[in-house]
Amino acid sequence: MTHGTLTDSEARDLRILAGIMIPASSAHGVPGADDELIFADILKNLERDTADAQTALRHLAQLAGGAFADLAPDHRTEVAIRFKQEGGAPLFALNRVVLLCYYRDDRVMRSLGQEPRSPFPKGHVVEQGDWSLLDPVKKRPPMWRRA
Amino acid sequence: MHDKVDVLIIGSGASGAAVAWSLADTKMRILCLEQGDWVKPTDYPTNGRDWEARLFGDFAINPNRRARETDYPINNGTSPIQVVNFNGVGGSTIMYTAHYPRLHPSDFRVKTLDGVADDWPVDYATLESFFAENDRMTGVAGLAGDPAYPHHVLPMPPLPLGKTGKRFGEAMNRLGWHWWPSDSAIATTEYDGRAPCINLGHCTPGCAQGAKGSTDVTYWPHALRAGVELRTRARVREVTVGPDGLASGAIYYDAEGKEHFQPAEMVIVACNGIGTPRLMLNSQSGKFPNGIANSSGLVGRNLMFHPFAHTYGYVDEPIDGNTGAQLSLWSQEFYETDKDRGFLRGYTLQLHRGAGMIVDAIANTARGFLPWGEAHHDVYRTIFNRKLGLSAICEDLPEEHNRVTLDPVLKDSNGIPAPKIDYTLSDNTNKMIAHGVARSKEILEAAGAKNIGGEAPMLNAGWHLMGTARMGTDPERSVVNEWGRSHDVKNLFIVDGSIWVTSGGVNPTSTIQALALYIADSIKQRLANATLFD
Repeated sequence: MTHGTLTDSEARDLRILAGIMIPASSAHGVPGADDELIFADILKNLERDTADAQTALRHLAQLAGGAFADLAPDHRTEVAIRFKQEGGAPLFALNRVVLLCYYRDDRVMRSLGQEPRSPFPKGHVVEQGDWSLLDPVKKRPPMWRRA
Repeated sequence: MHDKVDVLIIGSGASGAAVAWSLADTKMRILCLEQGDWVKPTDYPTNGRDWEARLFGDFAINPNRRARETDYPINNGTSPIQVVNFNGVGGSTIMYTAHYPRLHPSDFRVKTLDGVADDWPVDYATLESFFAENDRMTGVAGLAGDPAYPHHVLPMPPLPLGKTGKRFGEAMNRLGWHWWPSDSAIATTEYDGRAPCINLGHCTPGCAQGAKGSTDVTYWPHALRAGVELRTRARVREVTVGPDGLASGAIYYDAEGKEHFQPAEMVIVACNGIGTPRLMLNSQSGKFPNGIANSSGLVGRNLMFHPFAHTYGYVDEPIDGNTGAQLSLWSQEFYETDKDRGFLRGYTLQLHRGAGMIVDAIANTARGFLPWGEAHHDVYRTIFNRKLGLSAICEDLPEEHNRVTLDPVLKDSNGIPAPKIDYTLSDNTNKMIAHGVARSKEILEAAGAKNIGGEAPMLNAGWHLMGTARMGTDPERSVVNEWGRSHDVKNLFIVDGSIWVTSGGVNPTSTIQALALYIADSIKQRLANATLFD
């Protein structure tokens, strides 16, 4: 399956938008979604969502009256708020790709106490728990209907 | 033209695998045609860092989103529930949660007990030994003694309770409501050459460890060793009929799009509640202008999903999140009919662990919980790994207007007409959903959860596909008889969820497979006394 790519202008707008969605935070020690590595990952992984992303970014440019990236920072925020309200399914698809790439970045994962690794082969530990919690249920008479 | 086989099975999923294995001891020549590929353990998403992203890509549950070459498109129309599935060796068991309850005895007698729909022509007692055989073949974990079921013993101990289970257990005990560790088709110990579960995370995108009991690692290795042939990338267009009115084989396309004819003495269809009626409706001939074995006009009708009502909330400490199987506990407190509730029949409550880091962020964005801007980080840190979720899996009664037809325009990559779904929720179902949501909220509150919300019915949750070629003793009111043979075509059998008369309120795979083993056994008995095609 082949997917299109964003134009330079669309990519520039998206990078600014990604930084508004998830900005860097010195308080939490994490980069923003406009970080160079994360944004490169976003561009690489639009795949099935490329068409929706393009639709969303056209809508954003319409609201901005031109290139969103060229707006003054205050004006960008105003436009972004409106875009969030009006963007609908294409924006949700775009937002999803931003989240997909942001939350697999090593720095972000570590900041949330997660090991940056694939689940296999190490797996995870889930505590066995105290099965005596079931004792009251074990005392119940059969609940199923004979038929 | 290929050599004629004795048995041609179409579909290698839950039921096709079970029937192939069971029939193998007859030493007949058995061939299974599967439109998809084998999935290698190294292909599964949990092998990589992008494992969550692939849930929205090549391992998406919705075939229209996944859009692999081996998938076929589905027109879901205006249905509030969209069909989800997987096409490959193992079928949708590759991507199921492995939550593995059986139907209850009452599910087979809904007309007698509750005055709705129809009784099944088989009952729990008839299937009981096949449930046990299927549990052994699949490798099921669980705990004997559940008061919601007739006594049965599982081959392996249950999945761990975890922090999430402890929260739920304490809440359910506070309310005095039933809960129990689920029967799960997940190996918790080494079993039949499979390694035990190591809690990779949610089981839906397939199990890299091989602990999950998908049929590519349960039935198929045994069936292949016993001599069954499995031919992949073979997409069947139609079941053909000979001049004698019997099924003569099937026409299929290989991976290069080349057409083949596979002759057979008997044909067994195992393509699920959507794929089976699609295939039958596409199998038109002079004798069957409206689709093979469709003299009743019921092929494609009575489609039943299980509408899912999902409710969630957030607690004040980290719990299991994505670690561990998503489903390991159930409640049958509201399963059996209580007319005081204002609806008939009932539902299972599935008690969920949380989600992975990315899926959690996406879900919370969809819910409007996760803002843009600096506050994003603070908010996410208050909800990540703190989600408790429940799903009421509601019994869906059969209604003829809920149906699968052939789309006049949409086709798969081989030009085969795609299925079109027409489906609405009944008043009874809507009341049941509302009841399930209300009880779920009570449980979440008892568990100390806040910010409670939900989605009902869940849109992307048409996993359980039933009723579209129902079984029965009356040829005018059913498509197959009480042991799975078509009323119209005496060498054509159906073994998947299509033949269900009613849906019950549990995940269907265990019962689909027990029923397939029962039908295979019925075939063998009739082969032995030469009455199979009478």
